[in-house]
Amino acid sequence: MMKKFFNGFFSHSFLIAMSIISIFPFLWLVSTALKGINENIFEYPPYFIPKDFTFDNFTSAWKQIPFLTYFLNSFIVAMFTVILNLIFSSLAAYPLARMEFKGKKIIFYMILSTIMIPFQAIMLPVYLIVLKLHLVDSYGYMMGYLGLILPFAVNAFGIFLMRQAFLTIPKDIEEAAFIDGSGIFNIWLKILLPMTSPTLAVLAIFTFIGSWGEFLWPSIVLTQKQLYTLPVGVNDLQGLFSANWRLIAAGSVISVIPIILFFIILQRYFVSGHNEGAIKG
Amino acid sequence: MNTYYKKYIPYLFLLPAMVLLFVFFFIPFIQTFFISMKDYSSDIYTPIFVGLINYKVLLHSKEFYTSLLNTFLFLFMTVPFLTIFPLIVAIFINQKLKGINIYKVLIYLPVVVSIVAVAIAFKWLYAQEGILNYFLNLINLKSIGWLTDTSFSMLSVALVTIYKGIGYYMMIYLSSLMGVPKDLYEAADVDGADILTKHMTVSIPHIMPTIALVVTVSSISALKVFAEIYVMTKGGPLNSTKTIVYYIYERAFENLDLSLASCASVILLFIILVFSLINISFFENKRYKL
Repeated sequence: MMKKFFNGFFSHSFLIAMSIISIFPFLWLVSTALKGINENIFEYPPYFIPKDFTFDNFTSAWKQIPFLTYFLNSFIVAMFTVILNLIFSSLAAYPLARMEFKGKKIIFYMILSTIMIPFQAIMLPVYLIVLKLHLVDSYGYMMGYLGLILPFAVNAFGIFLMRQAFLTIPKDIEEAAFIDGSGIFNIWLKILLPMTSPTLAVLAIFTFIGSWGEFLWPSIVLTQKQLYTLPVGVNDLQGLFSANWRLIAAGSVISVIPIILFFIILQRYFVSGHNEGAIKG
Repeated sequence: MNTYYKKYIPYLFLLPAMVLLFVFFFIPFIQTFFISMKDYSSDIYTPIFVGLINYKVLLHSKEFYTSLLNTFLFLFMTVPFLTIFPLIVAIFINQKLKGINIYKVLIYLPVVVSIVAVAIAFKWLYAQEGILNYFLNLINLKSIGWLTDTSFSMLSVALVTIYKGIGYYMMIYLSSLMGVPKDLYEAADVDGADILTKHMTVSIPHIMPTIALVVTVSSISALKVFAEIYVMTKGGPLNSTKTIVYYIYERAFENLDLSLASCASVILLFIILVFSLINISFFENKRYKL
């Protein structure tokens, strides 16, 4: 009994310490953002609870930075990236899981090889191609969004994830549907997709998080502030507010609220321990 | 089974994905090699083919060696820690404890927040008169120029990557630990094994493939590090945090030196290829088998 209590106590202490470390950088930002203009944010010893508590930094950051625009841009880009990934991955995965056709092997290994090509090593030619296709914001918002979305609209991880999911479905179900007169496209849409909806959900959520946090590509292609996504806009805070850490902190806190809410609402998808399939390199 | 569909049907299903992969993966992949063998310095629109001369230039560039070295330094700073520590956390998490879900959520939280916001939060912790230096002073140590001192800057960047990675690798380990058969633990209990022995003899051997997977996955992401560096140090001070991807970025998009950027890209491609091949052929071969 005593041993069990001790183990429990030790485990809780360790996990509480880990939890505090995990959220401390953000709590410290929140604390800084809530400190008033009459406080010294560099005071020794540092203190957590603001003495001159104020929301001014948040309102001021909100007024100077078009967060709503950045948020909307991130949302549009992430949403369409998710939708296209779901459609294209599950379309491509179907013949790879179920059909026999000429060149299957070659196509399979070609898709597999893209997993080994890091985007960072090909980003320069991708940029040149995107320029050539006019998929940049100087040709209008629509083109700007497409330039952010299309290079990430399909991903070999997604194709293999969906293929694995299709492989677990018994063939008899499709055969029965075929005998009932369903076309192949309808079998895919009305039978296979609903049966793999848990995998689709995992793919959607992880693609969304990936796209939402993407920084390198948007910072290369975007030239106009109206199209900035949140990460690019937040990085911009540093320059705009020079060393005004109250405002930088307030802006950063505002920027992470949407994704934290998203995470808390969908937490079971992240922490159930059953999403090993979503591992990315 | 073969009568299901017309002959062209499989290709129709594959078409959209293949078109996108061609335009945004295969063509750029091949172009990287071509660009690396051309000279753009006289005219960016009509480059001259120069063969492997650019590689010669690159391999004589001290800056490139520094960034290559820094990348591996960063890898050795992050990979061992990200392989071992999240496993320990996962073992703690894999217990029946009150409030375990709250711990999971809090520890996983940094994974979902964008790296830019995390890097800014750490920049604030790292400030010269910031809270981390205060803690150092508390234990009678001198303040550190976390991001301004060349001997600490890479470690400071690595800490951010580690911080953001713990929850991610913890979840990978957790799903693996959940697959360890319960009766193995019970058998160890009967033998009177203590917790440490139980994990050393039951958990660790069982999840060995996952440990190896974490090594390769975290190595590949270490080789690709960029955002942390861009947001916090821009490769400085004195190139001390300039990694290979940062070098490529700078060459390509700031100096418009397409040739050297592409040469460095080709080298990065080969380094990552080695890790990916190990990963795919040993640890994830089930998913990638035709």
